[in-house]
Amino acid sequence: MHRFANPARFLRLAAVILPWTAIATVLLLGAGLYLGLIASPADYQQGETVRIMYVHVPSAWLGMACYSTMAFASAVALIWKHPLADLVGKSAAPIGAGFTFVCLVTGSLWGRPMWGTWWAWDARLTSMLILLFLYLGYMALINAFDDPTRGARAAAILALAGAVNIPIIKFSVDWWNTLHQPASVTKFGMPSVDPAMLVPLLLMGLGFTTFFVTVLLLRVRSEIIAAKIRAIRLTQIHASSSQVAG
Amino acid sequence: MSRMIEIVRRDLRLALRQGSDSVMVVTFFVLTVVLFPFGIGPEANILERTSAGVLWVTALLASMLSLDRLFQADYEDGSLELLALTPTALEVLVLGKVAAHWLTTGLPLMVAAPVLAVLLHMNADGFGTLLLTMLLGTPTLSLIGAMGAALVLGARRGGVLLSLLVLPLYVPVLIFGVGAIDAAVQGLPSQAHLLILGGMLLASLALTPWAAAAALRQALE
Amino acid sequence: MTDDIPTATFSAENLACVRGERVVFAQMDFRLSSGEAVLLLGPNGSGKSSLLRLLAGLLKPASGHLLWDGTPVLDDREAHAARIHYVGHHDAIKPVLSVLENLRFWARLHDPKSGDATAQAALETMGLWRLAEVPGKLLSAGQKRRLNLARLLAAPAPVWLLDEPTVALDRASVKVLEGVMAEHRAAGGMVVLSTHADVDLPGAREMHLDDYTPAPMDVSEVWI
Repeated sequence: MHRFANPARFLRLAAVILPWTAIATVLLLGAGLYLGLIASPADYQQGETVRIMYVHVPSAWLGMACYSTMAFASAVALIWKHPLADLVGKSAAPIGAGFTFVCLVTGSLWGRPMWGTWWAWDARLTSMLILLFLYLGYMALINAFDDPTRGARAAAILALAGAVNIPIIKFSVDWWNTLHQPASVTKFGMPSVDPAMLVPLLLMGLGFTTFFVTVLLLRVRSEIIAAKIRAIRLTQIHASSSQVAG
Repeated sequence: MSRMIEIVRRDLRLALRQGSDSVMVVTFFVLTVVLFPFGIGPEANILERTSAGVLWVTALLASMLSLDRLFQADYEDGSLELLALTPTALEVLVLGKVAAHWLTTGLPLMVAAPVLAVLLHMNADGFGTLLLTMLLGTPTLSLIGAMGAALVLGARRGGVLLSLLVLPLYVPVLIFGVGAIDAAVQGLPSQAHLLILGGMLLASLALTPWAAAAALRQALE
Repeated sequence: MTDDIPTATFSAENLACVRGERVVFAQMDFRLSSGEAVLLLGPNGSGKSSLLRLLAGLLKPASGHLLWDGTPVLDDREAHAARIHYVGHHDAIKPVLSVLENLRFWARLHDPKSGDATAQAALETMGLWRLAEVPGKLLSAGQKRRLNLARLLAAPAPVWLLDEPTVALDRASVKVLEGVMAEHRAAGGMVVLSTHADVDLPGAREMHLDDYTPAPMDVSEVWI
């Protein structure tokens, strides 16, 4: 009946899955980076700098995928009140924020050689920036309450509100961008897809995904342990106070 | 419905008797707009070019000022739990509170905006659209803000946290609000923008009370 | 007279309440019928306020369901809100509204057709009628508590959930409350009351909440 009666099953499952996802991450990222940074052709227009794409694009994918995971976990948490769902959302957020941040930094680095500035208000970069703020807001809200459950539930509602807003924000930013940017310096030059470029891109995407799963499982596990420690402390406090009361 | 009117009346009466934030919000609006010529220079064409954006961003920030107190007083004196125990959907009562809040903050901002537009040398063609965008946009801001206020009830440093949560969600309203005014000033049609703003308002009316009520119930548990 | 009073039952089985991450009480069965009263007793932290909030619907039980005449309360939250009055620790009185305005607001929220006559009668019973125009900020703690309790009379509801209602009340006011509760029960109402002080509730069942506090977790049982 106690809320944490279930995690034993999760912990067993995580212990089985973790080694495989960790190995897969190393292999996929290793292969992807090798193919992307060394073995694949440079773009005839952009030269070697196109290789940043192999980190930038999968980061964008994962930034979005993490938020979807958070939103899904939040929905489960609110409807079925499963405590693991709360923990999945809380654990996924920093990983997603990290990917989004990497996407922004690599985007800035990629843009620098092309148009000489460290930042361009490109539609996708701007949307990613707003996504980063949504992540930061979620993480701030979860940690703003003394009661962890309250923080988790409030953040779940926020994650869903953000999920509903993301398409609207994307639409608005795209529209705003077409209005203000001169046509010559608009989109990031995604080179026409050469199969030699597609394979490392997909490998990186898969590698990032297995990385996400690995870190997520590790974080959820440590959240469960932290919750158990809190429960033990609470019991000790109440046991000692009832001894005092007699 | 009658209960919603009851709560609107009570909140307005409270605002009237204990002094509402209206004056503070409008003063902030005016002061911040006045700062801009000092910051970006008083040349008429620069001010005119940026007037729509400056007005909208400042109105947005000003309308956020009193949001964190929307539910705070009721939460602290026990009224909120009694409101949650009223035999009607909490969503309806939330709409009532937001309506009263808009009447005391959004509406005064709307009234002050044309005056400030004059200070910023806004092109005369933009005035009507300015009012329309504020009429459609400020209630949306109040609604989204109410959801944020409900989420941060009882949190540490709720005021600042509220800004972080709510500002990203405000971006679409800002984009289309300014877009409509700029279009009108350039002589282009602005119906599409206004329709989109209207659509956002309707969507907020439908969705935010539900989210806010869920957040309030969480706060009361 | 008993034929006129509708009998209803407010019940729950295997209730459990979790606050934060702590199990406050578990495996609690609860049953209350028209005319009955329950007195909640127990040390601080045993869950008296939590149980009252759970019965009101402010808190969701971690297990078990609340039933009214056999139907789950959650099926129709608004109907449940209409049938209870909850008096908590705070008095929910706005300092700038008068006594009458405060009461009328809550009465009308509960029952939009509630008239001024009922509000006046409620204030008279609580000894506040002559203070009707006084703003809330000038009331003493006892007067505020009496105004809060006046809500019970200003709009009808069968179930009264009272969390330490006699705090700040003098002896005479406690007697008035006891009389009001007796009348309510005679008319078929139910009362659930938690208190640290002596309140006369004839025929009330006593519920000791520490009977339902779960045993402290054995630390050796927890594995990581």
